[in-house]
Amino acid sequence: MEEAIIETRELRHSFSAGESEPTIEVLHGVDLKINRGSFVAIIGHNGSGKSTLAKHFNAIYLPDVGKVWVSGIDTSDESRTLEIRKTVGMVFQNPDNQIVANVVEEDVAFAPENLGVKSEEIRRRVDDALNVVEMYHMRTHSPHLLSGGQKQRIAIAGVIAMQPDCIVLDEPTAMLDPYGRKEIIKTVYTLNRQFGITVVLITHHMNEVTGADRVIVMDKGSVFLDGTPSEIFSHVEELRGVNLDVPAPVALMYELRRAGVDVPLDALEPERCAEVLAALMKNVKTDGTRPEGEHIESDH
Amino acid sequence: MLKDITLGQYFPGDTAIHRLDPRVKIVLTVEYIVLLFLAKWFFSYGLILLFLVCSAITAHIGAKTLMSGFKPLIIIIIVTAVLNILYTPGEPLVSFWKISITKEGISTAFFMVLRILLLVCGTFLLTYTTSPIRLTDGMESLLKPLKKIKVPVHELAMMMSIALRFIPTLIEETDKIISAQKARGADFTSGNIIRRAKALVPILVPLFVSAFRRADELATAMECRCYNNGENRTKLNVLVVKRADYAAIAVGVVLLAGTLIFRHYGL
Repeated sequence: MEEAIIETRELRHSFSAGESEPTIEVLHGVDLKINRGSFVAIIGHNGSGKSTLAKHFNAIYLPDVGKVWVSGIDTSDESRTLEIRKTVGMVFQNPDNQIVANVVEEDVAFAPENLGVKSEEIRRRVDDALNVVEMYHMRTHSPHLLSGGQKQRIAIAGVIAMQPDCIVLDEPTAMLDPYGRKEIIKTVYTLNRQFGITVVLITHHMNEVTGADRVIVMDKGSVFLDGTPSEIFSHVEELRGVNLDVPAPVALMYELRRAGVDVPLDALEPERCAEVLAALMKNVKTDGTRPEGEHIESDH
Repeated sequence: MLKDITLGQYFPGDTAIHRLDPRVKIVLTVEYIVLLFLAKWFFSYGLILLFLVCSAITAHIGAKTLMSGFKPLIIIIIVTAVLNILYTPGEPLVSFWKISITKEGISTAFFMVLRILLLVCGTFLLTYTTSPIRLTDGMESLLKPLKKIKVPVHELAMMMSIALRFIPTLIEETDKIISAQKARGADFTSGNIIRRAKALVPILVPLFVSAFRRADELATAMECRCYNNGENRTKLNVLVVKRADYAAIAVGVVLLAGTLIFRHYGL
């Protein structure tokens, strides 16, 4: 069996709005195991508890009930919090609010500086991290002059410089334009595929998770579905039931199937979808299904 | 309009003065200020002025830029001059009514004004040639001994550099809020002073709320990156005293000795 880098058992978490207010339980007993080196996407609509769950992964929140282990370390052991934070890095939604320094390279150096790494080693790590996110040429710039996507890549570099085994990204693309979003997703996949870093990507953009090894769907503080992307997206009805949409290609395939056309449901990427449709068009003999196929394909 | 605000203005460059260790520059500036108050007569001031001019030329900072700092000080300078002329006792030169202008008064006023002008030029030269980060780094390093008496030096330097980091972000945000309120019909330009001050409330409230939210998120992000109140902290760019810095220190010593000797002879 593969080694788990993050494991939660019976994890419960509650918030209280004030002293006299009743507490609201946001996580109702979550059991998860995230394997080392895997790419896991967590999706769910607002208030499903996905961000709260993420904050348990590096001991920002501690469980009310249950346990969380990071690399075998219990997160409630406060003497080892630094070790946990060094293992699991975290990237947040707003790039502006996580950049500390006035100069790009100084910001990337922030984590290793805190860890007391030697200057020459920091320099090496900073250069490496900036190269990974392709921002080395901007190292002496001031962060406020960069675009949102570039700032977010700096934030990612700042986490990589810590040399973590796992990176948790909490909706890193939510505040970015489509171009910046693409940059970030590309970077995140590179981190996993080329550098073997475990990635936990929290998002509500369905098309960002199609390349993941595993997708976890959260709803009302519990795990609702858990499986590979194609398994998850075959549950179109259930996903819509919890206010989640499926990626456009899947939606198309689903509608085609409902209309009685025999297409596979696991065409997750637009390219794959186009192939399926092309093959379909060749074989189509009845006129009934043809216009629909043509009409939707022109969208891609 | 808000984009034009510059705090601790810095002109990037790559001259010998720019490259000097910020600690050396801060110490020299402090020495320069002290000497200005020790100087007595033209020779001492001449020496200090020579030092300033040489530094400015090496740093490629023009006289115009250097003097641009005078404008907001005009009133202070005039008031100082007038007070000194009128209230210094001594040999009367001109007398009318109850007021008399003395010889001593004129010379004191002249040197006082000269002192203020040189003071402003010198400190501006420091901020013109040193980036805010290097300045805070230098101050942190210089004030380190105060840690022994429990002065939170690192925390202060950290706060300073985060404040500098967020100035442009918050200015941008203020601009956005102003536009948003204008789009909703807010009027910031008409009415008397009280009305205008009241009109600022709908800008300040959202700005404060968002600043607090930012602070909270930044604190979490810093914790995630293992920030530990500066314990065992290392630096990417360590400040090193190089040969040029020793040369600058030597110049500083000569300046100190020169001014003290001139002072001794009342020059």
